[in-house]
Amino acid sequence: MKALRAIIFKDIVVEMRNKESVSSMLMFGLLSIVIFNFAFQSSGVDRSFLGPGILWVAFTFAGIIGLNRSLSMELDNDCMQGLLLAPLSRGDLYLAKVASNYAFMMIAELFVLPAFVLFYNLRFDAKIAEIVGVAAVATLGFVAIGTILSMISANTRMKEVMLPIMQIPITVPVIIASVEATGMILRGETDGITFPLAVLGTFSIVYLTASYMVIEYVVEE
Amino acid sequence: MITKALGVLSLVLMIAALYLIFLYAPLEATMGATQKIFYFHLPQAISSYVSALLLGFGCIMYLWKGDLKWDRFGSSVAELGLMFTATTIISGMIWAKPAWGTYWVWDARLTLQFILGLLFVAYFMLRAYLPNREKRAMLSCVFGLLAMVDVPFNYGSIYWWRTQHPQPVVSPGGGGLDPQMQVALLASFAAWGFLYAYLLRQRIAVAKVEEQVEYLEHVVQSA
Repeated sequence: MKALRAIIFKDIVVEMRNKESVSSMLMFGLLSIVIFNFAFQSSGVDRSFLGPGILWVAFTFAGIIGLNRSLSMELDNDCMQGLLLAPLSRGDLYLAKVASNYAFMMIAELFVLPAFVLFYNLRFDAKIAEIVGVAAVATLGFVAIGTILSMISANTRMKEVMLPIMQIPITVPVIIASVEATGMILRGETDGITFPLAVLGTFSIVYLTASYMVIEYVVEE
Repeated sequence: MITKALGVLSLVLMIAALYLIFLYAPLEATMGATQKIFYFHLPQAISSYVSALLLGFGCIMYLWKGDLKWDRFGSSVAELGLMFTATTIISGMIWAKPAWGTYWVWDARLTLQFILGLLFVAYFMLRAYLPNREKRAMLSCVFGLLAMVDVPFNYGSIYWWRTQHPQPVVSPGGGGLDPQMQVALLASFAAWGFLYAYLLRQRIAVAKVEEQVEYLEHVVQSA
């Protein structure tokens, strides 16, 4: 547990010093929102219908940028070898990376969300807190599978390309469930929200467990 | 010997199935001749899901036993899975144009099939970018396993999201099939099932030869 905490602390310190992961995710998220504004400006469709999709596309692509960055940081100067020498199991190493990736992605999302509310003329009210709640569960699932996939893609010749190719089809249930849950919150129709939240929660638990079990096959000295 | 027998059996059954589909089974009242696609479409769609299941099984067996034969099995079923996913989508599209007036809609089953195809493609791309044999087997098996765990999630979420695909007529809640149509469908299932087994055995044999060639190339290069 102590070693696990040390790795999370190390990641946070590195991020506080170079600010590469969060800033790149944040910029990418904001830029996606800006680009979608041009794409849908003249469509005349109510933005509360388009909004959830735009928001989750921004989160998804920003998240992939962050995951790629997180692992390439460990690959530079063979830092991964150092991590593998740390006195903790591969599973705990995976959990530590999930925790730090989760923290960075949530921070980026917490900055992108107010920008989204402002640019799409939505109101700052209790709904925003509910969307943060959905994001908290969805991001965990996204990061649980993304962290192990980034470790797999790190072994390939085309790591930046392979991560989204593997990650996006697998996270389709997360994207569908979070877009629908966010849409329900924005439209004030939260009666059936339990199902998407259950999908997000189950997805997170299943992939955290499955990845914890198979990570030892992925990371080798 | 078994492979040859499977090949002959699938050929005979395929001819029988074609006879039953086009000459024995009656024309469907509303859709007419286009409904005949259903006899090919359904076995192919089921074959693609069976491939997903078998890929998951092959990946678990490789991670457990560490025997490369399970990796060959996994990559072979994934290839069949990709082929059957493509033929399911294409045969569905040919049917959808006259029936729905459009080749593609983002309906639950169509989306599911498409995502399954993307997962198979990602599996092959990963393999292509991993030059080391052992590493390729290990990492693609981990990915294959994680991707196949995803199939039930995709199923649940996409179904809940939307569906306008015809409800399965042969399921417990479905309307049921005309007895003659049932015979044709069963024959088609048998023909495609044996063809699947034949193709799988052939593909595994080719994979084995590919591996030997790869090894010999490696030996020649290092000499």
